[in-house]
Amino acid sequence: MIPLSHYLIVGALLFAISVVGIFLNRKNLVIILMAIELLLLAANMNFVAFSHYLQDLSGQVFVFFILTVAAAEAAIGLAILIVLFRTRRSINVQDLDRLKG
Amino acid sequence: MTLAELNIGAVLPEIVVSAMACLILLVELITKPHKSCALAWPLTAVSLLVASYLSLEQLAHPLGSALNGLVVQDGVSAVLRAATCLAAAVVLFYSRAYSLERGLWRVEYLVLALFGVVGMMTMIGSSHLLTLYVGIELLALCLYGMIAMQRDSVAAAEAAMKYFILGALASGLLLYGMSLLYGLTGSLSLDQISDATLTNLAPSSLPLTLAVVMVIAGLLFKLGAAPFHMWVPDVYEGSATSTTLYLSAVPKLAAFAILLRLLISGLGGWLEIWQDVILVAAVLSIGLGNIIAIAQSNIKRMFAYSTISHMGFLLLGFSTAGELGLSAAMMYTLIYMFTTLVAFGVVLALSRPGFECDQLDDLRGLNRRNPLLALMMLVAMFSLAGIPPTAGFFAKLFVLEAALEAGFIEIVVVAILFAVVGAFYYLRIVKLMYFDDPTPHLLSASSYGYRPLVGWALGVNALLLVLMIPWMGSILNWIVASL
Repeated sequence: MIPLSHYLIVGALLFAISVVGIFLNRKNLVIILMAIELLLLAANMNFVAFSHYLQDLSGQVFVFFILTVAAAEAAIGLAILIVLFRTRRSINVQDLDRLKG
Repeated sequence: MTLAELNIGAVLPEIVVSAMACLILLVELITKPHKSCALAWPLTAVSLLVASYLSLEQLAHPLGSALNGLVVQDGVSAVLRAATCLAAAVVLFYSRAYSLERGLWRVEYLVLALFGVVGMMTMIGSSHLLTLYVGIELLALCLYGMIAMQRDSVAAAEAAMKYFILGALASGLLLYGMSLLYGLTGSLSLDQISDATLTNLAPSSLPLTLAVVMVIAGLLFKLGAAPFHMWVPDVYEGSATSTTLYLSAVPKLAAFAILLRLLISGLGGWLEIWQDVILVAAVLSIGLGNIIAIAQSNIKRMFAYSTISHMGFLLLGFSTAGELGLSAAMMYTLIYMFTTLVAFGVVLALSRPGFECDQLDDLRGLNRRNPLLALMMLVAMFSLAGIPPTAGFFAKLFVLEAALEAGFIEIVVVAILFAVVGAFYYLRIVKLMYFDDPTPHLLSASSYGYRPLVGWALGVNALLLVLMIPWMGSILNWIVASL
């Protein structure tokens, strides 16, 4: 029997990896999209672990909703990525510098 | 569980708007679209107004908890839903000419706006973490789409991408915080979370603090309050002005509602954990917003920083967590929304095909070119700055009064000082409009893109900011009663 804390540590690690991925990555926007997916999965991991620990199904139902929203979010994120690439021929994070002040 | 126990009537406005959004999408397919959405636009306006009316009607007989405790139907949700629908209709009305000229007025845009309204209404009526999250995401996804819809604009694509990344990060933080809350309290329902906060948890434990701080960070991100405000100016500047109006005016009500639901109804028992965090965010927002706004030359960017400072005032009223402070914050949000509608409405009316009114210098000498629009802008600026004969003054007054009564004297002094700093850049616009000469290229362009009907609506909207003053006290009482 694996204790709850192990799952929570995995969740926290996923969370940390994805936040670092979003902030440290200066190259590619696709990597940021991947990091965002990982962020949602970290929350999912926590929800499922707690749901099992508390013997309460609502946490797992929440996970289904998060997965659905994550799919929609990925679709919109990739669509915006394509619009961005069309207008400026680059998906480099450092090129996102038109708006500032 | 029978159908009657579900209380489906509580979500009638949401059902109307979502069904109409689907219908509008179909109708436009069948009737072979013109570019002008000849059928879709009236349908959109009617469904928003009907939803607004239905929400207001619920004020008389609140149904309480509905859909197995997923949503709650009380006075706050009735007022805020009605105002959200009305504001969305007005926003679309003001931005119609502008969007038509730029090819943005498509049925998809209207449908996204409608689904965004559904998302906001879901947020407003949520009494469960699930509905709260789904509402937030529905709104956010619609906003990303609306911004990115201007496909030929480099700035819009960049704004959409930035908003998307930071918005998704905020949702991630919020979700992670929610998962910790779920683990700590064993429930997703805000009522049960509230019970758990009052009984069995010491407010000093680390996981608890972590959960609350993460949830608040996510909310502040969505609200656009400092220190999580960095997306606001970029998104405001990059989006088409019509979209900027939508995303600056309408979602603030829903943002207030989720703060209320989550922090007061859900985590009210842990006031000592979150009160300081909210206060710090309030002071930072008021300070940063007002100071950085001075340095801006772009109107939309300036309004973005002004929004940040107004969110600070909202948070200040909110942090008192008392009835007076909450109703003052709600009043502030409503008045802020109506004022923004005027300010951006004038900016939209000044833009013409081939000319984007987005620099402060574009307002130069407006009084000589169009005195009525200049007067409306003047009223909006006075109201935003909080100068007495306007509604904005009373909004600030009520918030500061509530904060004083809660004992935050130093913070009130700081807030007033920064509000005076902020008055500088609002009055600079007044100076540009009334005392500066228009540059030649502005004078030569004599025809304005707005229609007389929009002009009338703007006028009424601006007049309301002044004329509603005698009824300010009764409006506040009414809001207190609805809380």
